Amino acid sequence: MTTEILARAQFAFTVMFHYIYPPLSIGLGVALVIMEGLWLKTGNILFHNMARFWTKVFALTFAIGVATGIVMEFEFGTNWATYSRFVGDIFGSALAAEGIFAFFLESGFLAVLLFGWNKVGPKLHFFSTCMVCLGAHFSAVWIVVANSWMQTPAGYHLERMVDGQPVRLPPDHAVVPADLGSVRAVVDDFWAMVFNPSSVDRLTHVVLGAWMAGAFLVVSISAYFLLRGRHTVFAKASLKVGLAFATVATLLQMVSGDLTAGGVARNQPVKFAALEGLYETQPFAPLSLVGWVNPKTETTHALEIPGLLSLLTYHDPAKPVVGLKDLPSDAFLLRHHPEATPQELPAIRRNYWPIVPAVFQFYHLMVAVGCALFALVAVAMFFWWRGWLFRTDWLPTRLLLWGCVLSVLGPQIANQAGWFTAEMGRQPWIVYELLKTSQALSKAVTAEQIVISLLMFAAVYILLFILFVYLLTRKIQHGPDEEEGGHHELTDSWKAVLRTDDQEART
Amino acid sequence: MDLNLIWFILVGVLLTGYAVLDGFDLGVGTLQLFARKDEHRRLFLNAIGPVWDGNEVWLVTGGGALFAAFPEAYATVFSGFYLPFMALLCALIFRAVAIEFRSKEPWPWWRQMWDILFALGSTLSAFLIGVAMGNIVRGIPLDADHEFTGTLLGLLNPYALLMGVTVVLLFAMHGAIYLVMKTEGELHALVRGWVPTLIGLFLAAYILFNFYTLIALPHVYHTVQARPWILIIMAAAVLVILNIPREFSRGRDFNAFLSSCIGMALMMAAFGGTYFPNMVLSNPLPENSLTITNAASSPKTLGIMLVIACIGIPIVLTYTVCIYYIFRGKTKLTPQSY
Repeated sequence: MTTEILARAQFAFTVMFHYIYPPLSIGLGVALVIMEGLWLKTGNILFHNMARFWTKVFALTFAIGVATGIVMEFEFGTNWATYSRFVGDIFGSALAAEGIFAFFLESGFLAVLLFGWNKVGPKLHFFSTCMVCLGAHFSAVWIVVANSWMQTPAGYHLERMVDGQPVRLPPDHAVVPADLGSVRAVVDDFWAMVFNPSSVDRLTHVVLGAWMAGAFLVVSISAYFLLRGRHTVFAKASLKVGLAFATVATLLQMVSGDLTAGGVARNQPVKFAALEGLYETQPFAPLSLVGWVNPKTETTHALEIPGLLSLLTYHDPAKPVVGLKDLPSDAFLLRHHPEATPQELPAIRRNYWPIVPAVFQFYHLMVAVGCALFALVAVAMFFWWRGWLFRTDWLPTRLLLWGCVLSVLGPQIANQAGWFTAEMGRQPWIVYELLKTSQALSKAVTAEQIVISLLMFAAVYILLFILFVYLLTRKIQHGPDEEEGGHHELTDSWKAVLRTDDQEART
Repeated sequence: MDLNLIWFILVGVLLTGYAVLDGFDLGVGTLQLFARKDEHRRLFLNAIGPVWDGNEVWLVTGGGALFAAFPEAYATVFSGFYLPFMALLCALIFRAVAIEFRSKEPWPWWRQMWDILFALGSTLSAFLIGVAMGNIVRGIPLDADHEFTGTLLGLLNPYALLMGVTVVLLFAMHGAIYLVMKTEGELHALVRGWVPTLIGLFLAAYILFNFYTLIALPHVYHTVQARPWILIIMAAAVLVILNIPREFSRGRDFNAFLSSCIGMALMMAAFGGTYFPNMVLSNPLPENSLTITNAASSPKTLGIMLVIACIGIPIVLTYTVCIYYIFRGKTKLTPQSY
């Protein structure tokens, strides 16, 4: 295996594992704000117990998210030093901003969220919960901005160092291996870099995916309690909160998915064609539902709806969608391969495609899971409306609730598949149409070193995952502490709130 | 003052913030196994419980600032120190999850296992940070493209290893002083008894290390000759550390901790003073060194980052102080404790 494949595998593995947890923290963070807000508003002790229970689950996901997150920041330098040298001027500032604006906020107020119940009053505690949630979102903002810049670079120019002096290069300069070390991307316009053409679409998509991860975790555990007939009062309220949140997130995600796909069509046509396995440029381009791509014959066999892709992309079924056989353009290829003859271009072009079958399948997996979750919340909302949601002795309700229990896996699968689609679809580029992944490696690092680190992370992360699942299961088995609140240990302001609550309960 | 110098100082301030803050919680980790009772070990963990995570953010932000302001230095050091940094990551992961996981089961073997991992992870982190710093002072072999050309064994030289041990002792001392401030009763007396030994061990290592530096590293010797104020700072650091037992004897535990913090900040300042204006010294072939000029980002990025820092750092400091204030006083075990 080459160093490139190993370095990519190591990075992909550590990102994949890390990316289980931050979406949960972001989504659960919103759920905590809702629950604690409801408690402060209504004074109902049920919401208090809910916030306490979900805070414990939150703490577990957060701890592993933090522990594995620092790995990512190190890896840009350890595995991708040439990339870091090339884009440090731009990419580094987004990472530093993430540290200053997001992590400090998140981790600082996390202390109050977890350990502050006896130290601060309810309002300050609620404020801290909001800040942790906000910090988690800021973190998503900056990391997605940094990543979006790799997808659709903007607000920069290329510069070559000649005798210690920077010389500006033309915008269409094609980076060749000899440029590495002397050419780098330099920021022109910070806001154009931040709001690059794909930032907003992708950020919305990622955040909604995270909301779904948190919402369906609440839905899943609550449904499990109901089916087992345990903590039923708690579970009913928790399920309603989770379901309402999940419905909002899922509906918005449908819209966001469409907008994101449209953005990909505009900004990254090669990736877009690969998503649908579209080799030939064609009007009335079909949308595939399921299928497979044969990269040898360059054909896609799929259950498809004719014209829908053109319609969704351009709002005009007759408008042609450009296929892979015309992408990237001849002009682009000639710029990178000035010596190539027109006959050679089709063969060269294939080097600029991602692995089409993989991108196709990951994309369709993500869409399919999204649709399944949509169907689930639609049925669940219907049951809620008809008053059937808690009829746990009735088979349709039981089936629905089991669907809810399993639904926790949905957003996780979709988030991972979506991430793979986005990152694999960008290949062979690390920065789209600017720097190739194969050029971005650390020169000082050998394949053996990467193998050692890959094995180490595999062992550590598998162990962590087993422990995480075990401890989460234990927390679920234990359930919420019904009498939690430990009145005697609370500060006076909490006692005042709880007293009001008791009085209301009596009257 | 030009932007490159400002950023040299700011990255230094962030990394000093990391050393001072995460220093005490890494040190508590090193001391974890020296407390024998479960209740004492829980108090150790809960003394750092609300703050260790925020402390580690200083490393993340320092790393991010280094990446943004001096990408060449970031890329060279991180790829050059590949395996030691991977081991550092592993150590940081284990100590982070050990804090969270330990309290989740009551079984003695479970707690013993996480205590050992917490102590090992913390100590190894401190040690590897020291080894990296030792190599930075000593210099690492770089080629004309600023790529590291050395080997793993070259990084594990006696000089860097001694620096590693010194940092472990420094953090352990700092952690013990923090614990004196956060504990009461029996445990307070126990931890306080450790402090003189730890101060003695640290000062011995520190002085040995500095003599070793001046003898073995002529470039540092020449720098110190040209900048005698470095010696004054180093002497001040030792005096501040020696002030700690005096504060304890007067019962001013907070001042003792503050002295330890100031001592560490002074040591970091002396450290920065010896290798400025280099970011990464090349040894041999010093002409390949990375400096604050040739390792830096564009002036535009340095300017943007300065705006970000000017907005962000005061906000961060404000709520950091508030949070330390909320969790001030002796650590007590409550239902939310680990």
